[in-house]
Amino acid sequence: MHFEELLAGDGRVEPRDEMPDAYRRTLVRQIAQHAHSEIIGMQPEGNWISRAPSLRRKAILMAKVQDEAGHGLYLYAAAETLGVDRADLLDQLHGGRQKYSSIFNYPTLTWADVGAIGWLVDGAAIVNQVPLCRCSYGPYARAMVRICKEESFHQRQGFEILHTLAHGAPAQKAMAQDAVDRYWWPSLMMFGPPDDDSTHSAQSMAWGIKRFSNDDLRQRFVDMTVPQAEVLGLTLPDPEIRWNDERGHYDFGAVDFTELFEVIKGNGPCNRERMAHRVAAHEDGAWVREAAAAYSAKRAEAAA
Amino acid sequence: MNAWPLWEVFVRSRRGLSHVHVGSLHAPDAELALRNARDVYTRRQEGVSLWVVPSSSIVASDPGERDAFFDPAEDKVYRHPTFYDVPEGVEHL
Repeated sequence: MHFEELLAGDGRVEPRDEMPDAYRRTLVRQIAQHAHSEIIGMQPEGNWISRAPSLRRKAILMAKVQDEAGHGLYLYAAAETLGVDRADLLDQLHGGRQKYSSIFNYPTLTWADVGAIGWLVDGAAIVNQVPLCRCSYGPYARAMVRICKEESFHQRQGFEILHTLAHGAPAQKAMAQDAVDRYWWPSLMMFGPPDDDSTHSAQSMAWGIKRFSNDDLRQRFVDMTVPQAEVLGLTLPDPEIRWNDERGHYDFGAVDFTELFEVIKGNGPCNRERMAHRVAAHEDGAWVREAAAAYSAKRAEAAA
Repeated sequence: MNAWPLWEVFVRSRRGLSHVHVGSLHAPDAELALRNARDVYTRRQEGVSLWVVPSSSIVASDPGERDAFFDPAEDKVYRHPTFYDVPEGVEHL
């Protein structure tokens, strides 16, 4: 069946099907960026593993960071079905030719930030990612099904951290509020620029890669999050948030997208630190990859 | 430098079901492929058995030839029980 027919019938495109080059390139760019985001996303949270406030919290955080590595691997595997090589994708990340989500260029200053990342950042990621489970490219959609199942644990553990802090001592509640204040707007930016300014959106919608517009998804996230903030007893740092009966949605203030574009350009608080850490980890691990390859070569020789 | 080959991973989720393809991964040899597959694809008890197969060993039918390859089954509707008319009142057939 031809590509256009497949899409028209809401069918799935599989790796060896014929597909337009631009579709393939768009998928490689998006899946690679998504994979890079997962592994760079290990850094802000990994920062708190050694200082988690209890053994329970530490075990949970380690499981979560391990999940992020797993998500990266599912996605690199999905990208490779398009005929690219994971090592090349990593080279492009390290060389700055491919991006990762700008949210991970913000620092985790306190333990509460780990909660805010789980609740807001993973919450926004879930809203973005659930529709990707129906993406037209089969391997990407299947990877997203696995990822979405695991993300809901991530979001709940973040909510639980903030709930505990918000119902603790005044200093703990203030720490939770400060984390939410700093992560709220960057989380809204995760949905990308407004629909009118989004360069790839229309084509991705036509290809069935994207199912809902940036602004629709952002609204969905706000609608879902405002009542949760009330349960936490924390406020969201936007005085314009109020229920709009006519629209059936929460109104909210304008997002300052100049900040998003600055962070994407490399001028966020942690861009250089994240990349330096990533490159160092990759280079420091080279001997492990080489030793494993040498060992398996030696054993293959002995068996022959 | 990264000469680790690609492996396809199959998981049996519980006894009585067959192994199902879940994805792929890179590993230098079969033993590490199994260990990596356990860590990547069964962190939540998704499986009771794992297969890893070198991707290069899989021979696949060509999607471009799909119609010619599978069409011969198309006009043989008599292979399905619904093809047959059964007189009213006949049971256990």
